[in-house]
Amino acid sequence: MINLKDLTIKKAHEHLKKGDFSPQELTAAYLKNIESKNKDLHIYLEVFEDALEKSKTISKFDSPMSGIPVALKDNMLIKGKISSSGSKILENYIATYDSFVASKLQETGAIILGRTNMDEFAMGSSTENSAYGVTKNPYDPERVPGGSSGGSAAAIAADLALASLGSDTGGSIRQPAAFCGVVGLKPTYGRVSRRGLMALASSLDQIGPFTKTVEDAEIFYNLIQGKDSLDSTSLKIGEGNSKAAPKKMKIGVPYHFMEDVNEEVMKNFKEAVSKLESLGHEVKEIKLPNVKYSLAVYYIIMPAEASSNLARYDGVKFGYHQEGGNLLEDYLLTRGSGFGKEPRRRIMLGTYVLSSGYYDAYYGRANEVANLIKADFERAFEEVDVVLTPTTASPAFKIGEKAADPVAMYLSDVFTVPANITGLPSISIPSGFTEVDGKKLPLGIQFTAPFLAENFLFEIGKQFEGSNK
Amino acid sequence: MEIKDIGKLAALSRINLPDSEKESLLKEMDAILAYVDQVKEATAAQSAAVALHKPFSRNIFREDAEPHPAGAFNEALLESSPDRQGQYIKVKKIL
Repeated sequence: MINLKDLTIKKAHEHLKKGDFSPQELTAAYLKNIESKNKDLHIYLEVFEDALEKSKTISKFDSPMSGIPVALKDNMLIKGKISSSGSKILENYIATYDSFVASKLQETGAIILGRTNMDEFAMGSSTENSAYGVTKNPYDPERVPGGSSGGSAAAIAADLALASLGSDTGGSIRQPAAFCGVVGLKPTYGRVSRRGLMALASSLDQIGPFTKTVEDAEIFYNLIQGKDSLDSTSLKIGEGNSKAAPKKMKIGVPYHFMEDVNEEVMKNFKEAVSKLESLGHEVKEIKLPNVKYSLAVYYIIMPAEASSNLARYDGVKFGYHQEGGNLLEDYLLTRGSGFGKEPRRRIMLGTYVLSSGYYDAYYGRANEVANLIKADFERAFEEVDVVLTPTTASPAFKIGEKAADPVAMYLSDVFTVPANITGLPSISIPSGFTEVDGKKLPLGIQFTAPFLAENFLFEIGKQFEGSNK
Repeated sequence: MEIKDIGKLAALSRINLPDSEKESLLKEMDAILAYVDQVKEATAAQSAAVALHKPFSRNIFREDAEPHPAGAFNEALLESSPDRQGQYIKVKKIL
């Protein structure tokens, strides 16, 4: 029996090299776990039948990811497999090419176990917006795993994959990572190619890993980062990043931004600050005067870009089709019944803020304020090496708790959205637990680093993690 | 915003929206727009400072060269369309 609970990519790689177990045995162990747990937790939308066969062909372990069983969010294309983005409008869509990340994983011999559940088109913070039903939080099945990459986060927490990928447009990797007690990294905008990732908001989207440890996140990140000639926004490896991470860091905390944080979360956060100080880091208060506008900026830019990106789903080129009396009716009926409530709401909101007469007041203004927020962070990074906040203001909420109030749901991304607005790299790391109704619920803290300084996140993250052991 | 604006937005978005949903959508849109209106608070003085700030993103163009062989993806793409006729995607008459 392989002990999956304590397994990391690093350890698994050593075991595979020594021959303690084979990729096939490791894959079989995960498939067995999936078989027993997926029915209740609803983490995978599909488990690939060829995973075990593929694992038999892996015999070289040149890369630390060779033979590692991983899961992909349902919005990343794998040639020949269904990719539905959690939506009915793509229920029968079969990918015609591989996403950059899927081809990287396949080249290196990682085993893709399946595709994980998500909020429809990555629009949501709980997976409740999936057309295929909600994923349950492995720590308390009455609660959400967070979102939108909730399936990928829960897969790690429930030992249904050793690592996974998510996409983060406003916090969709870091928020579920915090709710599920795992590590989630959103790299710098442009660090990982988005070829074959279904676009939500193109100026914000970024792919990143979920893992159990910071070291594993670094291993996975190193595999998927780099230039892709088919994504013009992707950056060359090492581009613009020459500064070595300091061992002792100056950590800035914007306390003024944390007024609405739940008491238990604040207590946990203060403990994390004490730990960092005891490790020899200097923690100081900083001001980010415009960061309070981040979520408002986000809920203009994101729907605006989404309304444009989602125009391609029209029932003509691919996917779901609903027959009407003429072509216009085909569009209306296909999009009306193919999209769920949240995409419909955001497409209409985006259409509104981009419409003539409102464009300057909303989209133009939002981009100006986004620049103010970027300038705030630049000023802060003249004084400190990283910025620290809780990842979320509260632990995982109950299924249904926020479903009827979109603004309350949107507010659950208040601490994660600034990194998307600014393009900065940001990581959520488990910081312990709080007890609610007799259930232990995980919490996370979030470090944000200067542009292209993922190495700062890995350094401080490993130190913090080490102090928890 | 009024109910008729919701209908107009839905039509512009090419989304068929049942009347029963319009009322709740109106309330939600109003709440969201009230929230995002905060961006208007940031002062004009601050905007002037922003003008000095270098833009974060820029356009990147690729060479207009190295096309893939003609027809290489035709079959896969046609296969994924809801309706086809030979080498064409079949749609309804527009005019």
